[in-house]
Amino acid sequence: MPKSAPAKAPRLSVRKTYKLYVGGAFPRSESGRTYLVDGDNVALASRKDARDAVVAARKAQPKWAAATAYNRGQVVYRIAEMVEARHGEFVALGVPAAEVDAAIDRLVWYAGWSDKIAQVTGNANPVAGPFFNISSPEPTGVVGVVAPASLLGLVSVVAPAIVTGNTVVVLAAGPQVAITLAEVLATSDVPGGVVNILTGNAAETAPWLASHDDVNALDLTGVRDTELAADLERAASGTLKRVIRPRRKVDFTADPGLGPMTALLETKTVWHPKGY
Amino acid sequence: MFEYAPAPESRSIVSIASTYGLFIDGDFSDGKGTFKTINPASEEVLAEVAMAAPEDVDRAVAAARRAFGPWSALPGAERAKYLFRIARIIQERSRELAVLESLDNGKPIKESRDVDLPLVAAHFFYYAGWADKLRYAGFGTDPKPLGVAGQVIPWNFPLLMLAWKIAPALAAGNTVVLKPAETTPLSALFFADVCRQADLPPGVVNIITGAGDTGRYLVEHPDVDKVAFTGSTEVGRQIARSVAGTGKRLTLELGGKAANIVFDDAPIDQAVEGIVNGIFFNQGHVCCAGSRLLVQESIADELLDSLKRRMATLRVGDPLDKNTDIGAINSAAQLAKITELSEIGSSEGAERWSPPCELPDRGFWFAPTIFTGVTQAHRIAREEIFGPVLSVLTFRTPDEAIEKANNTPYGLSAGIWTEKGSRILAVADRLRAGVVWANTFNKFDPTSPFGGYKESGYGREGGRHGLEAYLA
Repeated sequence: MPKSAPAKAPRLSVRKTYKLYVGGAFPRSESGRTYLVDGDNVALASRKDARDAVVAARKAQPKWAAATAYNRGQVVYRIAEMVEARHGEFVALGVPAAEVDAAIDRLVWYAGWSDKIAQVTGNANPVAGPFFNISSPEPTGVVGVVAPASLLGLVSVVAPAIVTGNTVVVLAAGPQVAITLAEVLATSDVPGGVVNILTGNAAETAPWLASHDDVNALDLTGVRDTELAADLERAASGTLKRVIRPRRKVDFTADPGLGPMTALLETKTVWHPKGY
Repeated sequence: MFEYAPAPESRSIVSIASTYGLFIDGDFSDGKGTFKTINPASEEVLAEVAMAAPEDVDRAVAAARRAFGPWSALPGAERAKYLFRIARIIQERSRELAVLESLDNGKPIKESRDVDLPLVAAHFFYYAGWADKLRYAGFGTDPKPLGVAGQVIPWNFPLLMLAWKIAPALAAGNTVVLKPAETTPLSALFFADVCRQADLPPGVVNIITGAGDTGRYLVEHPDVDKVAFTGSTEVGRQIARSVAGTGKRLTLELGGKAANIVFDDAPIDQAVEGIVNGIFFNQGHVCCAGSRLLVQESIADELLDSLKRRMATLRVGDPLDKNTDIGAINSAAQLAKITELSEIGSSEGAERWSPPCELPDRGFWFAPTIFTGVTQAHRIAREEIFGPVLSVLTFRTPDEAIEKANNTPYGLSAGIWTEKGSRILAVADRLRAGVVWANTFNKFDPTSPFGGYKESGYGREGGRHGLEAYLA
């Protein structure tokens, strides 16, 4: 036995590669591009990535919308459980602990809406005739989201869209936090394609989502530049997308109300005669 | 077919002036120039109507702005009483307005009398009751009006579209500037008189007449807070574009290409009535018209035979005749568009059929028409014709029917005919359309929200949902 063991080399940590999240998988950008954020090489999404993400979102949408509200609620609740489990990881990325808590609570809040929103926003209509007539909310479809940078902001735009049965393509601003959330989603029973997250320059990719024929709605909550917001709204008019405009100041800690959900819901009214 | 003696409704109940001005701030005033509105059944000039120039639109918006403060500050119960008054006056003047509507629009008197006017009065009556109950509507405990609404309406249901726009706007405390369609301005101008009879405060409702430029200037006006438009998808896109970045609220009720799906177990006679009503009601000038018939292959022959028999009994002619089923096409331009698309239908290989049908010499007319052997690639299966023209396609399975029904950028309405309840509910769930009529078609009610998915627009009109467009 040697007199003294050689000095132990310090263990080299295994770094994380931050890639995109599309269709339940974590691909690199098809463009091969990355950009540097706080020392990490992060995928710089391209137009083609945005289009691939729309294809994934569209493919996932009918099944997700047809899932029972109870099921969707449990899936969103499961996201909250998984964020809780990775609490420390988000804090290590610089998210204040109180914000992680708020994001978890926001997910739990939205999880509970899955089987209540139809009761609150739908109703029977007392038409002047012998007809059964009922109005119910349905998801708009595929939603393009320009997300705010914060974790709470990101959760506050994704949760209302998916709990109502939409699928989303998210252009994320805080890439490490967003991709860490993607890892949460990938382990939360969220079907692949329901949430797709692209990192990079939203000003580059958002116009492709805004003008995409197979995107039904556009949430511009994370757009800070009013000129860009107006350009995107104009681009969205070509296919008459529903647009959530950016508000000057959003307090994500406040009660969101029904607005973030109802903006992404359609109302369907069904008539049927009554008779023997 | 039975021969009926003519049974014309009397025109004498309505007295049309030779000229009409713009209704701004409670008074009629001149615009810059005039245009003529004609009876599409005879091409006779009914009146000369003022053409609103940009400065007239400015005046109207300024009047609405001045009126907004006091109107929105009125207790809801008082606003309600004005709207109830308007509903009652419309009921009292219902026959006069029905005859006027048929003269200016060309629609059969039995429709203007039994559908349009009753719905107009009911719409005001319904929203009147909301004016003092807004905080119970589910849009917050202290909902506020938006301000001045700029509203542009089409020519197919002139007074009904006015009611859909004005009633919820006023109930919520907004003031309005409304532009009726160029070819059907008269009933809106008569409505201005109804407002005066009701002692509605000046400026709460302003009616400006004109063409597309007038409407464009109104929706682009910087002092308009809310834009509501019913009309073509093309113009809807332009409006959405012009509103972008302004922060104005916008609702759009646009075109449609509704599928009317008939399954093999449907009650054939009822379905045929529904198909006829779906496409020939109001000459097919209906955004939610059932213009694509999807019939299950196994019953296609039987159904089409029955449909053709029924079509042969439709009476086309004088809109004021109480027996008329199909009136005049609203304008020469619309007739040209219907004619052109129908010719394209034939040239693309679909088979055209109309019953023998004598059309009057003067005016704009189009015989009820069906095309069979239509595929999804045909333009008559994809584009809105907005006339009495039905495209017939077939399907074998429910999945195929749903896929074909949804294979359109539009999503306004759809029909389902089957005796099987579970099938109705399952198919209704999967149709991407804002209104689904099962074993019925073209039913409307003020309590029932109406509006589209996809490129048929956004927002709802009617019902509790219809208030949302006018509240913050």
